Amino acid sequence: MAKKALLLLGCPELPVQNSIAAYLASLLKDAGLSVFVAGTDAALRLLEVSDTKGYYIGTESMIELDKCIEYLAEKRVDYDFCFVFVYNEQGLSYLTTIRSISNAKLFAIIFGTDSESLAGEIDFECEKLVSRAVHNPMPLVEMIEDTVIKGVKRWAVSN
Amino acid sequence: MGCIELMDYTILLSHTSFKEGREFIKVNFKEVYAVEPGYKIFDVYLIGLSPIVIGVEDDCVIFPYVKPCHGTFVIRIESDEEVENLRSAGN
Repeated sequence: MAKKALLLLGCPELPVQNSIAAYLASLLKDAGLSVFVAGTDAALRLLEVSDTKGYYIGTESMIELDKCIEYLAEKRVDYDFCFVFVYNEQGLSYLTTIRSISNAKLFAIIFGTDSESLAGEIDFECEKLVSRAVHNPMPLVEMIEDTVIKGVKRWAVSN
Repeated sequence: MGCIELMDYTILLSHTSFKEGREFIKVNFKEVYAVEPGYKIFDVYLIGLSPIVIGVEDDCVIFPYVKPCHGTFVIRIESDEEVENLRSAGN
């Protein structure tokens, strides 16, 4: 059975979030994972419109944020990997909550002008990808290629 | 806010940070309980930084509610049952 990855999106205020989500979903799918996305309604609609034909994320793999938290907290579902998008304190709150209710290997994709200080507030173990990116996704793209995909493949082989 | 929006609630603090909301509850309420993120209250699972602090006053619970695009709200809702749940857990 394919490993499952969850991308958890916050408020889509910063432009890089949507493109990085589609990019990451594409790479994870190519690596053989089943990819799911949870987010606010606006974040999901942005992704849906960007990926009109559902090449990377089908609408059936999109989950409303509150429902996703509910299913995880009630242990009705869990994932092998979870990527939480963080650019403000609310994102940190979701990251911390996912850590409490899920056994997934956790990645924090931290971006925006406050990225360094937000990363400094994380006092538990998770993979952190930190960039001040707001508009230009390329710094995060490089980190994802270097860290995430290699890490996911390594982890998948060893488990 | 899910079902909470349909309840009789009072907003004590709005569009604040989670930490400010936590401090507000600690400073303004004598009876407080610490719970972990994901704690269920009413029909929602609380989102937040650990520990999440919930205040109790009379038969009301006072807790932070995080909305992704709007920050943290501190809200107060009357509920004997939720007060009892907190007291019996004794966190």
